[in-house]
Amino acid sequence: MEEILQYLFSGLTSGAIYALIALGFTIIYNATEVINFAQGEFVMLGAMLTATFCGLNLPLPLAFALAILITALAGILIERLAIYPARKASPITLIIITIGLSILIKGLAMFIWGKDPLPVPAFVGERPISVLGATIIPQSILVLATALIAVLTLEAFFKKTLTGKAMRACAANRLAARLLGIKVEPLVLLAFALSAAVSALAGVIISPITFATYDMGTMLGLKGFSAAVLGGLTSSSGAVLGGFILGILEALAAGFLSSAYKDAAAFIILILMLFVKPEGLFGTKEAKKL
Amino acid sequence: MKKWFLILSVGLFLLASASIWAGEPYRIGGLFSVTGPTSFIGEPERNTLVMLVEEINKAGGINGHPIEVIIYDTEGEETNAVKKITKLIVHDKVLAVIGPSRTGTTLAVIPFVERYKVPLISCAAGIKIVEPVKPWVFKTAQSDRLAVKKIYSYCQKHDFKKIAIITVSNGFGQSGREQLKALAPQYGIEIVADELFGPKDVDMTAQLTKIRAKNPDAVVCWGTNPGPAIVAKNMKQLGMKQQLFMSHGVASKKFIALAGEAAEGIILPAGKILVADQLPDNDPQKKLLLDYIAKYKARYGEEPSAFGGHAYDAMLLLKYALAKAGADRAKIREALENARGIVGIHGIFNMSPKDHNGLDEKTAFVLVRIENGDWKLIK
Repeated sequence: MEEILQYLFSGLTSGAIYALIALGFTIIYNATEVINFAQGEFVMLGAMLTATFCGLNLPLPLAFALAILITALAGILIERLAIYPARKASPITLIIITIGLSILIKGLAMFIWGKDPLPVPAFVGERPISVLGATIIPQSILVLATALIAVLTLEAFFKKTLTGKAMRACAANRLAARLLGIKVEPLVLLAFALSAAVSALAGVIISPITFATYDMGTMLGLKGFSAAVLGGLTSSSGAVLGGFILGILEALAAGFLSSAYKDAAAFIILILMLFVKPEGLFGTKEAKKL
Repeated sequence: MKKWFLILSVGLFLLASASIWAGEPYRIGGLFSVTGPTSFIGEPERNTLVMLVEEINKAGGINGHPIEVIIYDTEGEETNAVKKITKLIVHDKVLAVIGPSRTGTTLAVIPFVERYKVPLISCAAGIKIVEPVKPWVFKTAQSDRLAVKKIYSYCQKHDFKKIAIITVSNGFGQSGREQLKALAPQYGIEIVADELFGPKDVDMTAQLTKIRAKNPDAVVCWGTNPGPAIVAKNMKQLGMKQQLFMSHGVASKKFIALAGEAAEGIILPAGKILVADQLPDNDPQKKLLLDYIAKYKARYGEEPSAFGGHAYDAMLLLKYALAKAGADRAKIREALENARGIVGIHGIFNMSPKDHNGLDEKTAFVLVRIENGDWKLIK
């Protein structure tokens, strides 16, 4: 029993991270129909910048804010310099552009920060908390709480604010949105900034657990993508659930099957999902676009 | 006029004879991953070789022959390594080659040195380089097997009979895993859990929970940063009190920085270079180690890593062979194969036709314990 609980804790921690990254995927996908394969690099940037600013002994809240802001800025730059000029191209071209961007960002990070992982001090102490025989570290609780708050805030933003509603309108039907007088371009820009910020947040809060390495983004990005596909690329709450399901499945696979198949679990789910239910568990079948 | 001519010819004769005195230079090759993702291995190796060759030449060369070294960058890539080894052999006509830095690149160039019959002293650790023995191929880096033996001897001494292993699923981890499993019976050790983790995994509590349920006497983790640091932290989180062993793959201060408090008490095998100043004064390697560290620091402004030591040992062996054999590849090979008692950075080399690495666990590794954020030699 306490083992299962421990696997659950382990899965929830990874799952919260996957959820935040998956959320980043859906934000950009909804706005542009592009799957941004540089998403994982935003996580890496968030973690790396946190390590840097913590190294400079800045107060933690300031370090977080700067890390997230700078990554959001990177998101905006990417949209302006790489996606916007090619906006007339097909989504597949744009997707390939994002793969190129991912390689570029990773390379730059290697130049700036070097190849060694950077340590980040724990934000909230390292003494493990015992719950019914299983243990969890405070940082993991922080990860979970942050993920939940971020998801709820975004949900409120999309449902309650005018800008959020406009973004959803854009996602639903870009032409119709434009006819109603919604300016699409700034919204796409905003989507990139938001998506980068959410992923950077994931990077910030996991950095004390996983440390910061220039090449940490790729695998996390793939896991986040699997989670997003599992939950449905069009649904933000679906993506979040997908993240948690994936994290827990991975932990259970490692615990009960063999840890050798842990990563396989994620990718088998991805492939099965794409075959059986490509719109995801909670996604809506999108209207065929011409 | 005639007088001037005479003086000139005498001068020329002197010049010519001077160069005869100095002897033809011995030309050797170096192949290192100076750039690319494994530059952290190749760069100190190149630096060390350049420094050592200069030192030898300043001291009058080998039997009066200076050494000329040609170094190429493999960028850590197999195709590039193959291109450069052909260039070294065919174009530069070197007597022997030191390098490459990685196991993969070394395995890629082996068919070429075997075909052209050129002695190669690799700086990579993979056991496949010298097993089975290839006539022209040698290596200086310690095999994983020696590190495993070192850990298992300690376990035997302290009566750790049931051991759990947790290894990273890349080349380094899997090679360690094979050795850990293969050598356990010899030391009367039973492996009760065999867990894996991915190089980029963020949480290993699931694997460790499984291990905890098996209640082993000790845990051995085999990986390179950052995974092992997470394992160390997760073990503390789960309240596991077992002795944790790590591999030499994390024998750098970086690991201590990453794992923080969780690093305390961990035992790992490491090259003597890590604790050179703690070695007893009668250790035959101590003087060489301190000397190398001081010179490297003075010249390059940083502590030498274990990797530079592999190039140092390779050059030491080659120097011995060149002094014995002269400019003849076949004789150099023979001299290398019969090199005994060569005191190097990473051990005392005793080559033989059956063993082209020539190290044993007694001198190749020491065990260190992490105490107060620093290495402490276990005597």
